[in-house]
Amino acid sequence: MPLPSAGPPWVLDRKDLGLLLASLRSSGYRVIGPRVRDGAILYGEVKEEGELPIGWRDRQEAGTYRLERSEDLRVFDFHLGPQGWKPYLFPPHHLLWTARKDGGTFRVEAGATTDGGPLAFLGVRACEVAALRVSERVFEGGVPDPTFRDRRAALLIIAVECSSSAPTCFCPSMRTGPEVTQGFDIVLRELFSPWGHRFLIEAGTDRGRELLQPLPLRAAAEEDLADLEAQRQRVREGIHRALPVEEARGVILANLEHPRWEEVGRRCLACSNCTMVCPTCFCSTTEEVPSLSGEETQRYRRWDSCFGLGFTQLHASSVRSSISSRYRQWMSHKLATWWDQFGSSGCVGCGRCITWCPVGIDLTEEFAALRTKAASTGAKAGGVPA
Amino acid sequence: MRSPRPDLLGELREHPFLRGMDPGFLKAIEGATQERSFGTGDLVIREGEAAKEMLLVQHGKIGLELVAPDRPRLSLLTVGPGEIVGWSWLIPPHLWLSDGRALKPTRILAIDGATLRAALEDRPKDAYQFMLRLVPVISRRLQIARIQVMDIHGV
Amino acid sequence: MGSETAAPPGSHEGGASPWAPTPYRVVERAQETADTATLALEPVEPAPPPGFVPGQFHMLYAPDIGEAAISISGATSDPRRRVHTIRSAGRVTDALTKARVGDVVGVRGPYGRGWPLREAEGKDLLLVVGGLGLPPLRPVLYEVLAHRDRFRRVEIAYGARTPKDLVYYDEIQAWRTRKDLRFQVTVDRAGVDWYGDVGIVSQRIPDMRFDPSSAVAFLCGPEIMMRGSAQALVDRGMSRSSVYVSMERNMKCGFGQCGHCQFGPFLLCRDGPVLPYASVERYFALREL
Repeated sequence: MPLPSAGPPWVLDRKDLGLLLASLRSSGYRVIGPRVRDGAILYGEVKEEGELPIGWRDRQEAGTYRLERSEDLRVFDFHLGPQGWKPYLFPPHHLLWTARKDGGTFRVEAGATTDGGPLAFLGVRACEVAALRVSERVFEGGVPDPTFRDRRAALLIIAVECSSSAPTCFCPSMRTGPEVTQGFDIVLRELFSPWGHRFLIEAGTDRGRELLQPLPLRAAAEEDLADLEAQRQRVREGIHRALPVEEARGVILANLEHPRWEEVGRRCLACSNCTMVCPTCFCSTTEEVPSLSGEETQRYRRWDSCFGLGFTQLHASSVRSSISSRYRQWMSHKLATWWDQFGSSGCVGCGRCITWCPVGIDLTEEFAALRTKAASTGAKAGGVPA
Repeated sequence: MRSPRPDLLGELREHPFLRGMDPGFLKAIEGATQERSFGTGDLVIREGEAAKEMLLVQHGKIGLELVAPDRPRLSLLTVGPGEIVGWSWLIPPHLWLSDGRALKPTRILAIDGATLRAALEDRPKDAYQFMLRLVPVISRRLQIARIQVMDIHGV
Repeated sequence: MGSETAAPPGSHEGGASPWAPTPYRVVERAQETADTATLALEPVEPAPPPGFVPGQFHMLYAPDIGEAAISISGATSDPRRRVHTIRSAGRVTDALTKARVGDVVGVRGPYGRGWPLREAEGKDLLLVVGGLGLPPLRPVLYEVLAHRDRFRRVEIAYGARTPKDLVYYDEIQAWRTRKDLRFQVTVDRAGVDWYGDVGIVSQRIPDMRFDPSSAVAFLCGPEIMMRGSAQALVDRGMSRSSVYVSMERNMKCGFGQCGHCQFGPFLLCRDGPVLPYASVERYFALREL
């Protein structure tokens, strides 16, 4: 068969999905994909097709996440679990280096940047592709982070376009989804209709094209493309939350002293869940772990959160002592000052911070409150234009 | 150097605190003005003593100090050329609230407080102008004291 | 932004981890005040350390304890020696101030954007300094004195808590005798053995001698002192973009990746620490930013 190329996509039958997994594994990739664990969909190593969450879907709302059986046996019927791909590129706890005493001085040996061979992410959603690009700007835009750089360089991305949406999604207004249009090696679009259960499959890179070669593919027919169109429309119609990326920075910067920060600060527990589940939050701290023998000491990097009181410790106190100031920092960084620092929005509209907030604080609702009240009290804030 | 025979009216006119005040007002207080010099370490004013004069510093430096029996003498503010010492001459009971010690050879102009109060009483417009100069000095010194209380270098 | 950076920031050539400290030996130590010491460091290995510009900082590593961001306070002209003045204010800085000659500590960097000294050439230069704001400005003074003809009037106002808290005491005495600069010292409070000025440092600004239309000011010290001083300079007619401040926040990495040192749109380790007052004035006014 000819080498599949960009253009009209190919079709992979549902029963042949296992062949894709086998192709990846035989090419030396460790496949990380969705699995059911602890009542949630979490990404982990997938060795065979049966480990995928076939026939599972999630129900999400602000402060709510439930996994349930679905009526059909779609493979990617769920939306997003609590954790994205971040831990695989930016590990939550990671050895940076070991220093050994050496005749009055010390020798530093950098920790391993990778954790075994190259990874293939299977099931990357459009918002997660966007999150990866945001992270690349953070970790590789200036001084490159060796861990992120090495892991990203070896990474294969197999995106899966969403075939439904969660109520917490707001990717269209963030211009990151729901369609997957770029940033993948391979993209799968799961179709389930009277025409059958199958995947539209498309390669975005040469590496992706090579991996498709051994698969039994057929060219997509008109009804496949029609099914996709109908599905995409259903997905978009199901998304009701919005946070317009074009307005975000201007509205936030014009309202840094808005009374809403106080209100949300009274609800926020400063638990830092939102920063832990956010696919782009990158703050970290370091830890020094000397060995008992005193011969060596290890330096670790650990995820940190701007919601912690100690995050802004300066001399005798914390700069951001109130919770409202920490919420303002998180939201204004994500939506506004991220542009200044990294040239993009820090939010991709995945909605995880909404789902996993134990008190159901909704970023889109907070933004709407800033924006509508800004119209009436905006003059007071005296903001900087975007 | 200044002329050996001091031109007190000229000096009053040029002192930053009084610069721009109505000539008639300055004339009214000229006769009640004396010049006075102090050597390093001399007490210029003393806490609790009668504050009979307003002091304009011409040269040198005066340290405003507080003394308590259980601690060393503490200097909290130094006042230099172009600045004034105190407003106790204005406010009853007209007693100085701190010590003032010359920290180097110092020359001041001392204006009799009773004459000054009478001149201000008689000339409300000039008194308003005078207050527009005095209140900022008080305000600035209050702000300095607040920042000193914050102990900004001490955290 | 007019700030300067030694190119490129950091020294991570050869694929070395940007997180790894390089061992430096303490070759000289001076006790400045009861809680503050100056350490002169030289790399243990013969390779010369990367260059720096005044206002940049290092992440100094106290072995087995941790790191702290410390400004470089020595001369840029010294190819090997890296001088730091450190006040004991926590576990790491306490260990660093107690390091003895011969001890080895770690160094990462230099990081950040320094003082835009070139912008001050041909103009009056004002340094308004509070407390431990003097160490990051001392390299500026060294550079200015090495090329004194490039600058017009040079005015320094330095404020400290008490006379006992003044750093670089002997050096300041020497600077004060020079005719080509004016170095004023103010303390917040003093005893009878102090014949200098008492008050706050921004009080010195009204009688500083400079041409507001052709002057550059560098401010370094507690934020409240920089705010008051910047306002006093603006009151005297200086443009907000000719006044520079050096900001301080918690820092873990030094190269814009740990997120700790954010100040509004700025990552201070990368975009600062030196920033024009014109771009931070708005954020100074916001509480708990």
